[in-house]
Amino acid sequence: MAEKLLEIKDLYVQYETDEETVYAVNGINLILDKGETLGLVGETGAGKTTTALSIMKLLPEKIGIIKKGSIMLEGLDIIKAGEGDMRAIRGNIVSMIFQDPMTSLNPILTVGDQIYEVLELHKKGESKESLNKKVDEILNLVGIDSDRKNNYPHQFSGGMKQRVIIAMALACEPNLLLADEPTTALDVTIQAQVMEMMKDLKDKLKTSMILITHDLGIVAEICDRVAIMYAGEIIELGTVEDIFESKNRHPYTNGLFGSIPDLTKSAKRLNPIEGLMPDPTNLLKGCAFSDRCPKCMESCKIQKPESYVEGSHVIKCNLFKKI
Amino acid sequence: MIKYILKRILLMIPVILGISFIVFLIMSFTPGDPARLILGEKASISDVENLREKMGLNDNFFVRYLRYVKDAVFYRDFGTSYATKIPVNADLMDRFPETLKLAFGSTLIMVLIGVPVGIISAVKQYSLIDKVTLGISLILTSMPVFWLGLMLILLFSLKLGWLPATGADTWVNFILPCFSLAASMMASLIRMTRSSMLEVIRQDYIRTARAKGAKEVTVIYKHALRNALLPIITIIGLNFGGLLGGTMIVESVFALPGVGTLTINSIRMKDTPMVMASVLFVAILAGIVNLIVDILYAYVDPRIKSQYAKN
Amino acid sequence: MTEVKEKGRSTIKKRSQFKSVFFRFKKNKMAMFGLVVLIILTLVAVFADFIADYENDAISQNMKIRLQTPSREHIFGTDQYGRDMFARIVFGTRISLFVGVVSIIASLIVGAVIGAVAGYYGGAIDNVIMRIMDVLLAIPQTLLAISIVAALGTGIFNLLLAMSISSVPRFARIVRSSILSIADQEFVEAAKACGTKDARIITKHIIPNAIGPIIVQATLNMASTIIGIAGLSFIGLGIEPPIPEWGSILSEGKTQMRYYPHLVVIPGIAIVFAVMALNLIGDGLRDSLDPRLKN
Repeated sequence: MAEKLLEIKDLYVQYETDEETVYAVNGINLILDKGETLGLVGETGAGKTTTALSIMKLLPEKIGIIKKGSIMLEGLDIIKAGEGDMRAIRGNIVSMIFQDPMTSLNPILTVGDQIYEVLELHKKGESKESLNKKVDEILNLVGIDSDRKNNYPHQFSGGMKQRVIIAMALACEPNLLLADEPTTALDVTIQAQVMEMMKDLKDKLKTSMILITHDLGIVAEICDRVAIMYAGEIIELGTVEDIFESKNRHPYTNGLFGSIPDLTKSAKRLNPIEGLMPDPTNLLKGCAFSDRCPKCMESCKIQKPESYVEGSHVIKCNLFKKI
Repeated sequence: MIKYILKRILLMIPVILGISFIVFLIMSFTPGDPARLILGEKASISDVENLREKMGLNDNFFVRYLRYVKDAVFYRDFGTSYATKIPVNADLMDRFPETLKLAFGSTLIMVLIGVPVGIISAVKQYSLIDKVTLGISLILTSMPVFWLGLMLILLFSLKLGWLPATGADTWVNFILPCFSLAASMMASLIRMTRSSMLEVIRQDYIRTARAKGAKEVTVIYKHALRNALLPIITIIGLNFGGLLGGTMIVESVFALPGVGTLTINSIRMKDTPMVMASVLFVAILAGIVNLIVDILYAYVDPRIKSQYAKN
Repeated sequence: MTEVKEKGRSTIKKRSQFKSVFFRFKKNKMAMFGLVVLIILTLVAVFADFIADYENDAISQNMKIRLQTPSREHIFGTDQYGRDMFARIVFGTRISLFVGVVSIIASLIVGAVIGAVAGYYGGAIDNVIMRIMDVLLAIPQTLLAISIVAALGTGIFNLLLAMSISSVPRFARIVRSSILSIADQEFVEAAKACGTKDARIITKHIIPNAIGPIIVQATLNMASTIIGIAGLSFIGLGIEPPIPEWGSILSEGKTQMRYYPHLVVIPGIAIVFAVMALNLIGDGLRDSLDPRLKN
C-alpha cells in the first residue's frame, strides 16, 4: 500500500521585486508516494526549481513568496513551519542537490568536513568517531575513496564533485531527495555514471526522489512517474508508460517528444516548438500554452482548461474533454 | 610553501630596484648644485668644483645610479645628509618607529572597526544600518585626512581637552592620529568587505550550506566570512601603500617625529639624499608589507596552499 | 530603438545602450545630487570673477577687518589677514577644479595611449610597459607626487605634472585590461568571423565597452586628485600662498583654529562637497554600467 510522502495542493509562488512580479508557480497539485521517483520535466523557467525550493523553503528571502496553497511533507506543514523546524528537516528529512557541482562546494573546507557538517547537524548525540565512520561510509557508497576526505573540492573533477554533493545530501538518509538537474552540467559519459549511481543509492536507501530535468531520456531511465511543467503549471501528469506510450498527450508534451532528434530517420531540420514561453510577469488569461499550441481552440484562450483524468494519467487540456 | 615564499621574495627585488631607479630619476631633476649647497654661497668656484669631483657629481646618470645602488646594497650607505652632514640612516632609524606605530595602529583600528561594519552591512543589505554605514563611509572618504585630523584636534584637544594634539610621548598621543588616518581609509575597506561578502553570499555553496540545515549564523561565519576574507586580506595589503602616503600628511598635522615630517623638512631644506632615502624607505616598506600579505594569503587559501604543498 | 516581435505575445524594445545607462543613472538620486553639486561648483569656478573680487577680497590684506566670524558682509568671515573667506573659497574652487580636470585629462590621454599600446601589441612590449607601470604603482601615490614636487619645486605647473604622472599608471591599467578583456570575448571572435573590419570592431565594440570603466576611473581619480592637491598645498608643497587653494587656506587657518574655527571648518566642507560629489557620480556611473549590482 503506497504511503503519501509529499502532498502539494494548489501552490502559488511569486517573486516580487521593486520593478515587477514574476508568477513562477501557478496552482500546482502533486502527490509523491514513499519510494517513488517523480520526474519533473519542463523548459527553463517553467517553475521546476521554484517548486523544489518551496518544498525546502529556500526561496530567496523577501523576494520569493509562497502566496497560496499547502505543502505537506511527512505530516509536517511546510508553509506553516518555522525556520527552526525547517532547519531540522533540511539535509535530514529532505535534501536538495543543485545543478552546478563546480560551485556548490565550499572551496576552503575539506570534502570530509562538509559531509561531517551535515551529519553533526542532525545526528546529535552521536560520537565523533561514529560520525567520522559514517563520512567514510557514505563516500565509499558514492564511489570515492574515503582517504580523499581531507582533500579540497578543487582537487576533484566535476563528476566526482557531484558525487560528493550527492554523498552530502544522502548522508542522513533523507526520505526525500530533490535533485535539480544533477547531471546537466556534466559530460555525457559521466552523466550516465552518476545517474546509475543515483539509481542504485535510491534503491538501497529507499529514498523517494523528485528529479528535475529537461532530458526525457533520463526520465525514461529512472523515473516512475512524470509531471510536465509549463509556465508554472503542471499540464500533464502520469506514469512513465502514460507519458511515453499513451496515444493521448498534451500538445506541449507532443512537441517535446517531437523535438528530440531521431537517429533512425533522416531529417533536414529539427522540429522545435514555435515561439517562447509566456512572459512570467504577464500571464495569459486562458491556457498557458494557447499561443503556441497547434491545436488551440477559442475556448482555450478564454479560460484555463480543466484537468482530464484517465486512470493515473492527468492532462490539463481541452482536447480531452470527452474523456 | 618555501618555494612560493622564495619566489615572491625574488620577484620583489626587480620591483625594488625599479622603484629606486624611478625615485633616483625623479630626484635627479632637482635644480641646483649639491656641492654649492653644502659649501655655501661664499665658497669659491674651484672649491665647489673639487667637491663635485669628490662626490662624483660630474659622472653621468647611470654611473651615479649604479654607484648609489652599490653603496646601498653592499655598504648600507644611503648617502649623507646635506643638512646634518651625517649619514641619512641615523635620522631614518630614529624616525621610522614613530611612522610604524602610526601605520600599524591605524591599520589595526581600521580592520577592527571596518571589517565587522562591512559584514553587518552586507548581511543586512539595504537596511537602515546598511544605508547609514554607506553614507558615513562616503562622507569619511571625501574628507581629506588632514582636515579630519584638524577637526578631531579641535574637538578632543582644544574644546574638550581630553587628548593631546601634538608630540609622541606616550601611546595616548597616537590615538587621534591613528583614528584620523584609520577613519579616512576605512571607507574603502568597509566597501570592499561589504561587496566581498555580498559576492560570497550569492555563491552556490552558501545555498548548499543552507540546504543542509545549517544555522544562519554558521552560514555567515563559517562559510561566507572565511571565503570573503581572502580578497579582503589582499586589499588591506594593497591599500597599505596609500596608508603610508597618508602617514606623511598625518605626521605633519600632529607634529609626530616620523619619516613623513623628516621628508617634508628635507624637501624644504633641499636635502636630496635624505629625501631620496625617505621616499625609498617608505616605498620599500609598502612592498614588504604587500609581500607578507601575499604569503599570508597563500597560507589561508587552501587552493594555493595545496598547489605548493604538492611540490 | 529596435523592436523585436515575439510570436504571439510581447513586443520587446531595445534601448540604445547609452540611453539605458543614462536612464539608470537618472534614477539614482544620490548620483544626481552629486551631479548637481558638481555643476554648481563648476559654475562657481567658471564665473568666479563675477561672484567675488579677486584682488580686493581674496588677496589683499586688510588688517582692520581681520578675524571676523561669518556675517552678512562676509558670509564666511575673514581670516587673520583680513581677507574675505568667501572670495578665497570661491577662487579656491576654480583652482581645485582646474588642476583636477587638467591633470585627469592629461593622465587619461597618456595612460590610455600607453595602455592601448600595451594591450594591442601584447608580447614583450606589453610586458615591459606593464612592469614599469607596476613599479610606478608600487610607489604610494602621495609619495610619488611629493617626490616630483620635491625635485621640481612648487607651483601650479609642477603640481599638475606631479598629479598627472601619479595617475597615469591606473589609467594605463584600466585601458589595457578593457582592451584585453574585450578583444578576448567571443563576440569579437564572432564579429571577426563575420568578416567585420578591425576598425569597425574597435569603434563599435571595444571603445563603447571600454569607455564605461574609464569614465568611472576618471571621476574617482579626480576626487582623489583634489584631495591630493589640497594635501600637498597643506604641507606647503603645492600651491603657494597667497593663491587661495583650499588646502593652503586650511594650512594658514590652522594656527587660528582654537578661537576662529570657521577658518578651518569652512574650507574643509568645501573640499568634502567637491570630493563627495565626484565620488557619488563615479559610484553612480559604476552602478549604472553594471546592472548586476542592482539586486
